[in-house]
Amino acid sequence: MIATRDTRAATIAADFPILAQTTSRGKRLAFLDSAASSQKPQAVIDALVHYYTHDNANIHRGVYELATRATDAFEGARAKVARFINAAEPAEIVWTRNSTEAINLVSFTWGVTNLKPGDVILTTELEHHSNLVPWQLLAAKTGAELRYITVDAHGVHELGDLDEKLRGVKLLAFTDVSNTLGTIAPVKMLVDAAHAVGAVVLVDGSQSVPHMKVDVRALDIDFFVASGHKMCGPTGIGFLYGKRSLLEAMPPFLTGGDMIREVGYEKTSFNELPWKFEAGTSNIADAVGLGAAVDYLEAVGMDWIAEHERSLTAYALDSMEPLVARGLAIYGPKDRAKRSGVISFNFADIHAHDMASILDTEGVCVRAGHHCTMPLMDKMGWPATARASFYLYNTEQDVDQLIFGLEKAATVFKL
Amino acid sequence: MEDFYKEYILDHYRNPRNFGELEAPDATAEDLNPLCGDRIRFDLRIDGDGRVSDVKFSGKGCAISQASASMLSESLKGEKLEDVARLSQDVVLENVGIGISPARMKCAMLGLKVVKSAALGEIATWPDEVPVAPSRAVNDTSR
Repeated sequence: MIATRDTRAATIAADFPILAQTTSRGKRLAFLDSAASSQKPQAVIDALVHYYTHDNANIHRGVYELATRATDAFEGARAKVARFINAAEPAEIVWTRNSTEAINLVSFTWGVTNLKPGDVILTTELEHHSNLVPWQLLAAKTGAELRYITVDAHGVHELGDLDEKLRGVKLLAFTDVSNTLGTIAPVKMLVDAAHAVGAVVLVDGSQSVPHMKVDVRALDIDFFVASGHKMCGPTGIGFLYGKRSLLEAMPPFLTGGDMIREVGYEKTSFNELPWKFEAGTSNIADAVGLGAAVDYLEAVGMDWIAEHERSLTAYALDSMEPLVARGLAIYGPKDRAKRSGVISFNFADIHAHDMASILDTEGVCVRAGHHCTMPLMDKMGWPATARASFYLYNTEQDVDQLIFGLEKAATVFKL
Repeated sequence: MEDFYKEYILDHYRNPRNFGELEAPDATAEDLNPLCGDRIRFDLRIDGDGRVSDVKFSGKGCAISQASASMLSESLKGEKLEDVARLSQDVVLENVGIGISPARMKCAMLGLKVVKSAALGEIATWPDEVPVAPSRAVNDTSR
């Protein structure tokens, strides 16, 4: 018998030991908060343990066997990430702590050197604070103007006036998938339009690269950032992809050890890519862990993951639909082809935090609040939303548990 | 936790008491819980004896933060300002009952923090708590 999509997801869930637990109330865990941080498969946990048990040493310097193995594991992980997003070479992958640090790296190096008063930074109203605050500060620092591509009431990009918006733009920075509404951006179209006016493009891939195949070269993206912990990897490791020509021309970010070629008391020359941007001892173990996460995701198959999330999101939306008559509001694009596995919602006058608390009593983990998109929440007029997000290990049983929790919330609040 | 959403909590959430703002309050403070966006403002009118003669609170947020502030507002009239400044967390726990999860304690305590801040004229803190920004407290010294 051929395993169905949902039974395969249940098999995958068994790879994630944390999901086997029951809550203190004896409920089965339905983890629906992977957009905040994903769970880790045993293979990633094992890779961390293996590294510390067998290979740990500082990298790039040691001549002994351990140091060689540690260096190989660390650089091997970089090569895996490069291949995963189809970078031209591993040297175009710079390790950072997370997407936030990667964006700040670009802002403090490329941004400060390339922007001048009158230049325009274009972003969108959907952005996570991590892809917004650095640009606000960069604009203040350089005298550049910060401009926004607007979105409609469903969080879909309004592109009618794109040509006008692109006038004077030196940098276009946008998220390819909204963490709050799940909106999928028209990446290729935006990249091409920005390139046509000579702008550089940074794509925040935090919510895309864990869930779908991303090809930075096919999309012709200049800078691409992501966080390892949202893609089955450890916390504390993420990466910046940059085209070699751009990275070569940028000054270093943090300075000190490892990022140098030669240091004198008066003068220093810097290391080559990518180490020019990796000052100090790197987060070696977690990079190795992220390499294991990439192996795991590739073994499952990114196309399967994308299809599974699409089906599960459709199942969830269909299951939630009957509650709309009782006051359930589901946010985000109406066109299901334009949304990823993220569902933001509110239920009548139940505040999202109360909703999350009640769902928690049923073992259902959802996020509640502004999702680090306060300007978007203000624009939409929502003080907060509850958000369920899906990943490769979620099943229809998780969705059923969510629906049961929603019914319970309606009962508790006497809707 | 579900036990926490008692009838009277929902009643205070949907029909908050002393809701609104005072014109030219003698003491006022506002704060938000940046994690969830809950926001509460307390306005106090102080009479010649230094007692609370009128109180209004406003804001938006979850049932716990709003009901807790509403219940607190009912117990303030006639209290001396320095006693309001010295209120302890027990008053909230007595109001709302037991069973608040640690994750929601900040919601329950937000109103108390704001009203104490108004009475103190500075941000009120508890020994185990570091003040969270952004936050402001204003106390009219002309009274």
